[in-house]
Amino acid sequence: MVMHRLVPIILGLAVIGVVTAVAAAMLVFLGQNWADALFWIFAAVMIGSGLMVVTMRDIIRCGLAMIVCFGALAGIYVILGATLLAAAQVIVYIGAISVLILFAIMLTQTKDAPSRLVFQTQAVPAAIASIVIAIIIALAVVATDWGEAAQRFRITADALSKVLFESYVLPFEVISVLLLAAVIGGVYLAKREPGGPS
Amino acid sequence: MSGSLDAYLILAGLLFAIGSFGFLARRNAISMLMSIELMLNAVNLSIVAFGAFGTDAAMAAQGSVVALMVIAVAAAEATVGLAIVIAIYRNKRTPLVDEYDAMSQ
Repeated sequence: MVMHRLVPIILGLAVIGVVTAVAAAMLVFLGQNWADALFWIFAAVMIGSGLMVVTMRDIIRCGLAMIVCFGALAGIYVILGATLLAAAQVIVYIGAISVLILFAIMLTQTKDAPSRLVFQTQAVPAAIASIVIAIIIALAVVATDWGEAAQRFRITADALSKVLFESYVLPFEVISVLLLAAVIGGVYLAKREPGGPS
Repeated sequence: MSGSLDAYLILAGLLFAIGSFGFLARRNAISMLMSIELMLNAVNLSIVAFGAFGTDAAMAAQGSVVALMVIAVAAAEATVGLAIVIAIYRNKRTPLVDEYDAMSQ
């Protein structure tokens, strides 16, 4: 029974992998280098799965599409040269936050929760507003001269750790306290009170 | 194309717009939290891109460090946000935000 449900997912992942590999090979064949081809593919996967996150009906599938989106973003980090950040993205987002969200979905969705109405009543103004946001950001980016460097700098782990533990050591410590407070607060908020509603 | 800052920033802007649409339009509280995660990731992508195209290698490392801190804060935010959603669900028996109307009664 479990295999019966897993087979379409595995087949879908295999199809996605084959299609992206063929697309990368075709882009390289058409004269682009590997970084460009991979950038286009990761960008397409990221935007496509992001759209699936906000539009799909079944919220479990939204969560799974979110995992795909974070994975593609980790690939883009690798293209940018931030390999350690890509590893952190995979560990924290795909490994921790996605599992947390999937557990929360499991705890809060009831059978009779109406899944037919995915969007609020003001979904169309929201769509218009977000399209306007995208257009404004794109115009601002294109119109500005950022004075960017011609070449990219790869970020090695030792350079990153030097910066993190010399210049940014106070924020590092503050964030550790923040994480502890978040853990305690999460446990306090989510535990059920004795005698309260179960 | 992957060698220009504009491509990354436009990509980040697109992802941010998608996340803002999800946050404004979805009814489910957990969908809204997922959209917030998308927006945070878009901001992270722009931070890393600005760092990687900066003036020297130290600036690239600084961009990565700031993005790491954003990831940590996002993890804390997800923890507390999901705990709040679960706590509200325990009282109201629904995850849909347009039925959370206790303050208007």
